[in-house]
Formats: sequence, structure tokens, C-alpha cells
Amino acid sequence: MIRTFGWNEFLFILGAVRWTLALSAIAFVGGGVGGLAVALARTSGRKALMRATAGFIRVFQGTPLLMQLFLVYFGMAVVGAAINPWIAAALALTLHASAFLGEIWRGCIEAIPPGQNEAGTALGLKWLARMRWIVLPQAARIAVAPTVGFLVQLIKGTSLAAIIGFTELTRAGQIINNATFEPFLVFSTVAAFYFVLCWPLSLLARRAEIRFARATTR
Amino acid sequence: MTNPTEGGADASRKTRDIAVRMEGVQKWYGAFQALKDIDLEVAAGERIVVCGPSGSGKSTLIRCINQLEAVQGGRIVVDGIELTAGGKNVDAIRREVGMVFQQFNLFPHMTVLENCILAPMKVRGTSRDEAVGIAEKYLARVHIPEQRDKFPAQLSGGQQQRVAIARALCMNPKIMLFDEPTSALDPEMVKEVLDTMIDLAEGGMTMLCVTHEMGFARRVADRVIFMDRGEIVEVAPPDAFFDDPQHERTRTFLGQIS
Repeated sequence: MIRTFGWNEFLFILGAVRWTLALSAIAFVGGGVGGLAVALARTSGRKALMRATAGFIRVFQGTPLLMQLFLVYFGMAVVGAAINPWIAAALALTLHASAFLGEIWRGCIEAIPPGQNEAGTALGLKWLARMRWIVLPQAARIAVAPTVGFLVQLIKGTSLAAIIGFTELTRAGQIINNATFEPFLVFSTVAAFYFVLCWPLSLLARRAEIRFARATTR
Repeated sequence: MTNPTEGGADASRKTRDIAVRMEGVQKWYGAFQALKDIDLEVAAGERIVVCGPSGSGKSTLIRCINQLEAVQGGRIVVDGIELTAGGKNVDAIRREVGMVFQQFNLFPHMTVLENCILAPMKVRGTSRDEAVGIAEKYLARVHIPEQRDKFPAQLSGGQQQRVAIARALCMNPKIMLFDEPTSALDPEMVKEVLDTMIDLAEGGMTMLCVTHEMGFARRVADRVIFMDRGEIVEVAPPDAFFDDPQHERTRTFLGQIS
């Protein structure tokens, strides 16, 4: 029985937006924590930490996100955990975001003039206090635009979770398409939802970039 | 001893009167030796001016005192505390040693007042109210109390450097290090910073200043140190140093800068 693409089908796809948003939020928050740890390790000056995190970043930047999802999804079965698309998708995207945000934020931390850190050191502030009060607040201002830019990539990246059976926006589109056989209409709708999520963020990133450029050219 | 040499006079002082003692200090950057066998004693309350051509190691010398640069050999004792490799002593020393940089290095995201109260609150655990009181006192001393709520970018270079001095003083240091504090300033602002430093010297602060301001050296310094290629070439009171330098390299240098 072939259904027509109507109001209910539209609402079904709209309802799946929340799962895309939830997965993006988990990955972004988890990736934020992980990325901060990676960025701090990368700039710590401790060789073992720097090498380990450099390797982590290289692996995640050098492999497709889809493979990362597969490896975590099937890897969970290998280690004996129950296969759960939710956990697998959240974990894979968190690791993915940790690597990318870690690399973005490393650059932001390193963009702060070394004299800032030296001045803090000379005042007797220890590493954690220098990071917390001097380096990170300044790095955060530089980081806004590229971080929001990455968030857009991340939201679009969650569509790959459809392949491991996680029902988010793209998977909802596939389900409706299987019932309606109107792929162009269905996936246009899906794409439009992604656009509505991502476009304002892109505008925000652009605005932050312009504001930052204006603040740094005196 | 009737006519003690410099070293002899210093050595006869009690240890607690010695602010800084360096013995055979070696500093390498890879294969390049930045400091060769540096021996130096600075008495408490003494004002030292360090000069020399660029690359002579003068900045490196004072940066070793608070361990912004790690050394590869020799001993450094600051205010009776011996530096050990990577130990807790470094923190103890940094609390007692203030530093002023060529590029000011104020924290641009904080107001003048916040710049001044950060370290007392986070390092010494001073309450905010007390830290603000201390900061206001030192901002008044460097003659910019009215700028306390401005951001560094809103101040002139000379004002920024005076804030940097006040910020260091807020930690109530026993020793102040100045690394070319006027070299990044427009000429008309050099005097206001030097006046602040002179005021500090007259208050009895132990000071090591890397500077090419020879007028300042003549007026304030107890001893002038000339460095070249990582070595201390000449140490003398300013009159003797400027009027009768003993070493050819010193004479060449003084001829070039005057």
C-alpha cells in the first residue's frame, strides 16, 4: 500500500528533528569537554600527553565519520556490550567532536601571545590558574566562529547515524520514503529542515568572525 | 679586609641579606650557549642595571631568576630559597619576585583593577576587598588611580607599563625584575616609566633592570653589569663604569650607544 506524502508524513519528519538536535547536543557537549581536555593536553608541553592526543586527532581527522560510527557500533558488540544505536551514535560523535574541537581550540590557545602566559607565571599563578583566568578567556573569543562552524558540520554529520539505525531526521526521511516512494519530495523536506537548523548558525559564525576581525584590527 | 673587592664584600654579608645569588649558571638553547658560567650576587636593596648588545644574554639572565627560563647548570638562590629542578621552590620564589616586561603583557580582557587583583587573590588568597585596597594604593603610587576601570587597550603605552609595574607590586615582591621596560615605548612616554622606577628605587626595592637608559643607570644603579656573548664582562659602580670602563668590549659598546 502506497501512502501519499501528506501532513502526517510531514509531522513525522518534523518530529525526528528533536532526535537530530538531541544527538547533536550530546555530541557537542561531550565533544566540548573532550575537546577541551585534548586542547589542554596538546598545549601542555608534556611530551607523552602531546603525542597521545596528536595521534587521537590524526585518527579521527584521517578517517570518515561513517567508519567511526561503524567501528564504535560494531566495536561495542566485540567488547560484549549490547548493540544500541543511541549509545553508539552518541559515543562516536562525541569522540569525533572531541578530536575536531580539540584541534580547533589548540590553535586558539596557541594564538594567545606567549607573553600572557609568562606574565601570569611571573606573578606566581600556576598552570591551571593561568589557563582559567588568562589564556582560555582570550582563546574563547577567537574560538567562537570556528566552533559554531564546526557545530554546523556536526549537525549535518548526525545524518550518518541513520545508517546504524538511529532514527533521526534522515532516518525518518528514509522511513517515509519507503512508504510513499516520493524520494525527491521527502528528501527535499529533510534537507529543508537541516537548512533551517544550520543556516542561522552559519550566520552567527559569520557575524562572530566579522566582530572578531574588527576587534583585532586596530 | 681593608679594601675588599666586589666579590669579597658581598661574600662577607650574611646570607639573608643576599637577594639573589647565581653561581656558575649555564643556559643552553640547543647547541647555543646563552649564559656561560654566570656568577652574580645581588644584595638586598641593591639596584643593578644590566646592559649589553642584543643577544648578549641579559634578558635571559634575569628570566632565569624567576625561572621563566630553566637553566642547565649552576646554582640560583633567591631570597634564601634555592631553586631546585622543577620543585616547589619555584612557586615560592615567583611569589617574591615581580617582573615587568618590554611588551607590558597586561591581560587585555581585564580592567586595570582586575589585572592588579588577580594574582593577590589567586596566589596569596587575599580577599577581594583587601586586594582592591592594595591595588588602589599601588595605582595611586604609579599616578594612575583614575584609570582603574579602563581596559589596557584604552591606555597609552606609558600608562600600560605603569599598570604593569603596579600589578607586579600588588604581590608585594622583595625583588623586581625589569626586562627592557621602556624599549617598546614612544619617546615621550619613557620618562613617566623611568620616574616610576626611580621612585621605586628610592623606596629601597631590590631591582635588576635590563635597560639601555644610561641616564637612569647613572642616577639609580649601585652597580652596572655589562654582558656580551653570554658572559658578564664588566661589573662596576655607574661612575666608574661610564667614565673609566676597563674592558675593550665595554668601551666599544658604550661608544655605540652614546
